[in-house]
Amino acid sequence: MNIVVPIKFVPDPVEDLQIDPSSGLLDRSFLRLIPSELDEHALEQALILKERHGGTVTVVACDTGDVDETLFTALARGADRAVKITGDDFQQGIGSRRMAAIIHAAISGEPCDLVLTGTQALDDMDGFVGALLAERMGVPYIGYVTKVEIAGNKAAVRKEYPGGLNAEIETALPAVLGIQAAEKPPRYVVTAKVMEAMKSRRIDEKPGEDPGEPFTFPDLRMALPEPARRAEMLDGSPAQVAQKIVALLRERGLVG
Amino acid sequence: MSGEICVVAEVVRGELTEQTFVSLAAGRKLAGALGCRLAAVMLGADVAPLAAALGAADRVLAVEHPLLADFNPEAALLAAESAVRAAGARACIFCHTASGMDLACGVAHRLGAPVVACCRDFTAADGQARYVAVTCGGKIIVEGTLPGPVCVVTVMPGVLRAEQGRSDRTPPVERISPPAGMESVRTKFRGWIDPPAGDVDISRQNILVSVGRGIQKKENIALAERLAAALGGVVTGSRPIIDQGWLPPTRLVGKSGKQVRPRLYLAVGISGAPEHMEGVPAAELMIGINTDARAPIFDAAHYGATCDAVQLMPALAAALGK
Amino acid sequence: MSEATSYEFLEKVIAATPDGAYIRKCLQCGTCSGICPYGFAMDYPPRALIAALRADDFHGVLESDTIWLCVSCFACASVCPMKIPLTRGLLATLKAEMLVGGSIPAELQTALSNSRRYGNALGESPRKRADWARDFTVPVPVMAGRKDPVEMLWFVGDYGSYHPRVQLVSKALAKLMHAMGMSFGILGPEENSDGDTQAFAGEWGLFELLARKNIRAMSRYQFREVITGDPHAFNAMKHEYPRLGFDKRVRHYAQVFAERIDILRPLLKNPLPLRVTYHDPCYLGRANDNGVYEEPRLLLRAIPGVELVEMDHNRVMSICCGGGGGGMWLDGFTWEKAHARTTEWRVREAVECGAQVLAVACPYETPRFEDAVKSTGNEGRLIVRDIAELLAESAFGREDVQ
Repeated sequence: MNIVVPIKFVPDPVEDLQIDPSSGLLDRSFLRLIPSELDEHALEQALILKERHGGTVTVVACDTGDVDETLFTALARGADRAVKITGDDFQQGIGSRRMAAIIHAAISGEPCDLVLTGTQALDDMDGFVGALLAERMGVPYIGYVTKVEIAGNKAAVRKEYPGGLNAEIETALPAVLGIQAAEKPPRYVVTAKVMEAMKSRRIDEKPGEDPGEPFTFPDLRMALPEPARRAEMLDGSPAQVAQKIVALLRERGLVG
Repeated sequence: MSGEICVVAEVVRGELTEQTFVSLAAGRKLAGALGCRLAAVMLGADVAPLAAALGAADRVLAVEHPLLADFNPEAALLAAESAVRAAGARACIFCHTASGMDLACGVAHRLGAPVVACCRDFTAADGQARYVAVTCGGKIIVEGTLPGPVCVVTVMPGVLRAEQGRSDRTPPVERISPPAGMESVRTKFRGWIDPPAGDVDISRQNILVSVGRGIQKKENIALAERLAAALGGVVTGSRPIIDQGWLPPTRLVGKSGKQVRPRLYLAVGISGAPEHMEGVPAAELMIGINTDARAPIFDAAHYGATCDAVQLMPALAAALGK
Repeated sequence: MSEATSYEFLEKVIAATPDGAYIRKCLQCGTCSGICPYGFAMDYPPRALIAALRADDFHGVLESDTIWLCVSCFACASVCPMKIPLTRGLLATLKAEMLVGGSIPAELQTALSNSRRYGNALGESPRKRADWARDFTVPVPVMAGRKDPVEMLWFVGDYGSYHPRVQLVSKALAKLMHAMGMSFGILGPEENSDGDTQAFAGEWGLFELLARKNIRAMSRYQFREVITGDPHAFNAMKHEYPRLGFDKRVRHYAQVFAERIDILRPLLKNPLPLRVTYHDPCYLGRANDNGVYEEPRLLLRAIPGVELVEMDHNRVMSICCGGGGGGMWLDGFTWEKAHARTTEWRVREAVECGAQVLAVACPYETPRFEDAVKSTGNEGRLIVRDIAELLAESAFGREDVQ
C-alpha cells in the first residue's frame, strides 16, 4: 500500500508574529517555520499502517523554508521517500489552495492508495490541504480522523466529534483522510539517527507545477490582537466578586 | 442568481448542533451586509422535524436521501453542492467543525469559489461585506472584503451567540431532488460510538473550574464540583491536586496532563506556574482567584481577584442561583 | 523496541566510559540499589540490572520502563566498591538504548524535542533568552553586542533564563558580580541548553548538537573563563565539552566567589539572622568527583548572622532533588511509579535539622524544593533560597529584585 503524507510548514506560535506594515501581511522574515502538528500525526499514522500492512510511505513538502531537517527526520522515523517541491517564490508562503494543486501535480502518476495529512493547519486561511487535494484527485475525503483500519481496498475510520462522540465510517481506496490524531503520539527519533539520515539518505527534489494563487482576496489586512495585559482585578468581598464574575459571564453568553 | 446566503446546517445524532445557530447568526449578519436573503441548507433522511427550528433563515433548502440520515461526507458533499447551486448562492457558510470542514473545500472547488476559513464576524462597509477571521492560533486577525462573485466561508465555534440564530418563525421548506450519483458514493456511515462511560475529556469541555493548592483541603473539591455543575462545566486541577489523589489523572491540566482551550477557565487557588500554564494555551475568558496578588496567574488571566478561593466558590455558585 | 542482545548492550556499556570494563567485576553486593533514591520502585535497580545482563535477559530489561526513575544522581557510582561507572556507563547507556528503540515517556519526549527545536527544554523562543536581563538595574551585556573581551563568560542556562523563579537567582548573581567589579557577559540568544541532563536522559546525539552550538558561539568571543550558577553546565563543560574542542576553564560561582571572598565579604553589610542548611547539588559535589563542597559553605558563613547547620545527608551523601537524568521533565511519571518525591525527603530533613532556610546552588532546586515545602505543609516554616539570593539580600537589602 502506497501512502503519501503531504506536510505543510506553518509559523511557530512560540515566536512573536509580526505584521509587515508595507504589505499588511505576516512578516515572514521573522518567522520560524515548523511542520504542522497534525501533519506529524498523519506521518505517524502512515508509519503505523506501513508497519502493519507493508508498503511505502512518501512525505511531500513544498520548499517554503527550512524543510530539510523535517524531511530527514521523517526518513529517520521510517518514511521511505521524501520529496521536496521547489518553486521560485515558495519562500514567500503558499496558501492551502495553491499547495493542494502543486502537490497534486507532483504526485500524479505515482502510485498512491492513501493520502494522510493533518485535518487542518494553524495558518489555514483559504481552505484545508487534505480536502482540496481530495477534490483534485477525485477521491473521497474524511476529516477529523483518529483511527484508521485498512482491509483490502477499504479504509474503516473513526471520525471525532465534540464531547467524546465518534462515528465509524468506511470508504474505498484511494482516499484522502484528514488526521486529527494518530493512534499513538508521533514517535521520537534520537538525534543521532537524524544526523545519520542527513548523511546517508537523499531528499528528492522536484520543480513545482504551480498554477499560482487562483483567487484574490481584496483588501486583505492582518493585525495583531490587542496586547495582553495584566488581569483586571475585581475588588470586594467574595460575594461582591461573585456578582462581578456573573456579570462578566452573562456579557459573554457563558451563562444564561 | 438569487444572490442568497446559504448556511449549511449541521446535524449530529439527529439534532441540530448549537454551532448551526451560531452560523445562522453569522449568516444573518452577512445577509444584512449584502442585502441578500438567507437560506438554510438541510441535509438528511427526513428533514421536516428539524427544519422548523431554522426560522432565522428566510427559507430552508432541503435535500432528503437515506444516505444523508447520518453524516456521510461523500454523500453530503454531493447534496450540499446541489443545494448551493440551486440557490445560486452569493456566499455559503459552513460550521468550522468536523462535518462542516469536510464539505467546505469540496463545495468551493466545485463552484470555482475561494474559501475564507475561520471567520468570526461579518460587517458592512461601503456597500460591501467584510469578514473578520483569525489565523495562527488566534494570534493574527485577518480582515478583508468578502471575495466575489461567490465565496465559501467557515465560521468558528461560539463566535456569535446562538440565540441570535434562533427564531420562532417557521420557515418555508423547499425540497431539492437528491443529485445523481448518490447511489455510487463509496463511503458508508457505519455507526456512532458513544463517549466512554467514565471520565470526561477535559480538552473538549467549554467551561473548566480548575483548582490548585490554594483550595487547601480535599473536602473543598466538593465546592468546586458544585460550582462547576452550576456553570455547566467540569472540575480540573493542577499537578499537586492530582498527585494527592484529590482528582483523577484525566483531570490534570498542565505539562504532564492535558492542554485545554476552553471558553471559560476559572483558575481557583492556582499560582500560574509555567508547568501548569502550558496546559492552558488559550482561553476565551480566564479568571484567576489567588490570595497572592503577585501570582503569575494574573499575567495570563483576563480578570482576577485576591479573595479566598474557599469562600469565593460557594458565593459564585449562589450568585448563579444554584 | 531495541533489538540489541545482552552481549551487544554490555559491549556498549563498556565502551561508554574509560573504566567501563569494571562492570565485569560487579560483586552483586547491592549497595548501589540500596542507596538509589528510587531503587525501591525500579524493576531493575543497578544490581538487578547487571544480574539480568549476566543472565542474558536484556529483553526483560527492555520491557520495563522504570529506568526512567533514575535521576542520574551518581549515588550508586559513588558507593560502588568496584568503582563501576554506573551512572554514565550503565544507566545512561540503557536510557540511550530505550530511546533508540522508541520507548520514552511523553513528558520527556516533549523536553527533548523542545531542546532540539528551540535549544532549551522549556520550549521558549530562543530570541527571548536574554529578555530577563533587558533593562535590569545592573548592565548584563550580551556578547554579540560588544567586541571587547570580558573576564567571565557567564553561562546562565535554560532555567536561569526562562523560569520566573530562577530568573530571580540570575538577577541576584548579576548584581553581585557587578558589585564585585567583575567584567562579564552572557551569550543571550546564542546560548543553548548545556545538554548535560539531555545526555544523561540518553540523548547523547542531542547533547553533542547543543554542546557544539555553545562551543561555536563561545569561540567567537574573548574571555578568560566561564562562570555559571548551573552545576549541570559546570559538569558538562568540565568533563564533556573538552573532547569537542572546548578549552576554557569553567567554574561554579561558588568557587569564584570563594576565591574572591575578600572582595565579597565587605559587601555583606546586612545581617541575616537565620539558621541555614545547605543542600549539596549532585552535579557540583558527588558527580564525577567534582568535589565542590566547602566553597558554598564558606560563602554562607561569610554572611553575618547566618548559623550554618548540616542535614544528616550532606556533602557526598546528599539526597538528589530528583531533577537530573531527565527527572526534571518526568515528575508525572515518577509520581505515578514511586508515589514519593526525593524533594520531600530532603525538605523534611531540612526542617528536622532545625533550619529556617534551605540554601541551594542549582537552578533545578529552587522550584523543586519550593514545591516540596508546600506539599509537605511546611509553608512558613522553611524557605528556599539560592546562595546567591542570600548573598544579594545581605549586600543590597531585602528589596524587590524585579
